[in-house]
Amino acid sequence: MTRYRGNVEAIRSLVRPAEVHRDVYVDDEVFQLEMEHLFANTWVYIGHESQIPNPGDYYGTTIGLQPVLMVRHTDQTVKVLFNRCPHKGTRITTETCGNAGKFFRCPYHAWSFKTDGSLLAIPLKKGYENTGLEESHAGKGMAPVRHVHNYRGFVFAKVNDVGLGFEEFFGDSLSSFDNMIDRSPVGKLEVAGSPLRYMHNCNWKMLVENQTDTCHPMVAHESSAGTAVNVWKNAPPGTKKPMAVEIFAPFMSPYEFFENMGIRVWPNGHGHTGVHHSIHSDYSAIPGYFEKMVAAYGEERAKRILGENRHNTVYFPNLMIKGPIQLIRLFKPIAANKTLVESFTFRLVDAPDVLLERTQMYNRLINAPTSVVGHDDLEMYERAQEGLHVDANQWVNVQRLYDSNEPVDVTAETNGTTEWQMRNQFHAWSKFMTMSM
Amino acid sequence: MASPTDKEIIDFVIHEARLLDQHRFEEWLALYTDDAYYWMPLEWGQTDPKLVGSLMYEDKLLLQIRVERLKGNRTFSQKPKSRCHHVLQTPQIDSRDDAKGEYVTWTPMHYIETRYDDQQLYAAWATHTLTLVGGVLKIKLKRVDLVNCEAAFGNIQLFM
Ligand code: FES
Ligand SMILES: [Fe+2]
Repeated sequence: MTRYRGNVEAIRSLVRPAEVHRDVYVDDEVFQLEMEHLFANTWVYIGHESQIPNPGDYYGTTIGLQPVLMVRHTDQTVKVLFNRCPHKGTRITTETCGNAGKFFRCPYHAWSFKTDGSLLAIPLKKGYENTGLEESHAGKGMAPVRHVHNYRGFVFAKVNDVGLGFEEFFGDSLSSFDNMIDRSPVGKLEVAGSPLRYMHNCNWKMLVENQTDTCHPMVAHESSAGTAVNVWKNAPPGTKKPMAVEIFAPFMSPYEFFENMGIRVWPNGHGHTGVHHSIHSDYSAIPGYFEKMVAAYGEERAKRILGENRHNTVYFPNLMIKGPIQLIRLFKPIAANKTLVESFTFRLVDAPDVLLERTQMYNRLINAPTSVVGHDDLEMYERAQEGLHVDANQWVNVQRLYDSNEPVDVTAETNGTTEWQMRNQFHAWSKFMTMSM
Repeated sequence: MASPTDKEIIDFVIHEARLLDQHRFEEWLALYTDDAYYWMPLEWGQTDPKLVGSLMYEDKLLLQIRVERLKGNRTFSQKPKSRCHHVLQTPQIDSRDDAKGEYVTWTPMHYIETRYDDQQLYAAWATHTLTLVGGVLKIKLKRVDLVNCEAAFGNIQLFM
């Protein structure tokens, strides 16, 4: 039985101002519609151009459930192609990254394609003479994703023609990317090795909401961060505070710390925690780094860049970035109850290695399938995924600091424990879900 | 004191796994030197633990935090608790430096971790760098290379 397909009103009724129906997390049909509409109407993160430095380099990922390739074309531009042979559907590449040379060659019947996807050659081509191949789907080659934008090295794509242009969709939220990139004295980032890949048996949106959930760290992470603080208390007096403790300890900050850090919402579902300070604010200075920044930007601008310590910035629908430590997390939907989280780290070009060392440590301690903080969070998501099957209450609450006059699709700053950003996401969810229905 | 025999080295590695299977985590941690590391690389053939991602690269403080956390009353991901089971091939002694008191072993293994209805099987190679401290064998570095190190995993909560 289909309840939601072709029923815009049914989709809209899932999102109320301060609560959302559990079907957005558990229903297979809603999930399928998200893949067809939400992930096609929004700008989805693909990858970073440092992953494909040379012509012919490619990197494989997904938009929703659809496999795509980001590829460096012969003219140096970045293309995003659907990873499917136009002949019989075979995936053209299965390795995550590699170099195609001058063209892609399908391993099944050796049709070949230029790195912009256009058809190059077919063996025994005379078999298609006078068959109308040029007019067929197959004759067009590997289909490109039509809308691609490279923002300072970060590549996004949008499948459908409907929806907003890149600049309008992201607007001022791009300031978080700017801050992350500007932290390199030469304004350049490079992906630093493979991402941590962590499978979650829960809906992808639970992870996105968690990124601005500032009332959970001191509770859910008491077991990990709290234990870290307690074990560290037994260290001999005078011992230098290790990097790991600097990373763990702020998770145990009191509510007041999170209230005061502030949250900023932007139109179209984007937003961030840490307007004034964040858990990343008090890390030890790295010798030599500030001097390099001053040399590159001048003292005033260097201080402004390094003084901006945003915590988590959510780029709707499924990306989070941490500017101060050059770390991003992509929440890849696999099924209503299954999500793959990929956490990438970046090197600040021309900055001391210790910064990357800290970023890698943060990623291991917080985002790995072997990470105790990750265990704390996943336990909560999986419990929610199960608990939501209770019929007596079918609604998830996002009411904290809600005001019935709360405007939608605006830029605003407020108390850091608000759930406004979650409401903002669901407003965007409803909007972009139904835009092409 | 005399250098350990091959059998003593092999028994030591096997004993480490037994302590883990029996949840004797304090005794397990005591097998490690104060400057020890436990390393689980993310990439095949990885050589750099610091500037490239790893699943784990933990000093004794971090291992201690894990052991304490497993006992915690508010450690909700351990309600119910995980259990583990090691099947080791006989450890092979790859190098022996009696003058320095340093020994490297290589141990292919299957590792099972369970929690309630869930049971996961992992295949890995453990490389132990052992050293003599006051005549007693200790672990200076334990490196665990998963056969499928780059795969997406769910929670791995105990120690391989
Ligand atoms: S399926 Fe690709 S060439 Fe036939
Ligand atoms: Fe968390």
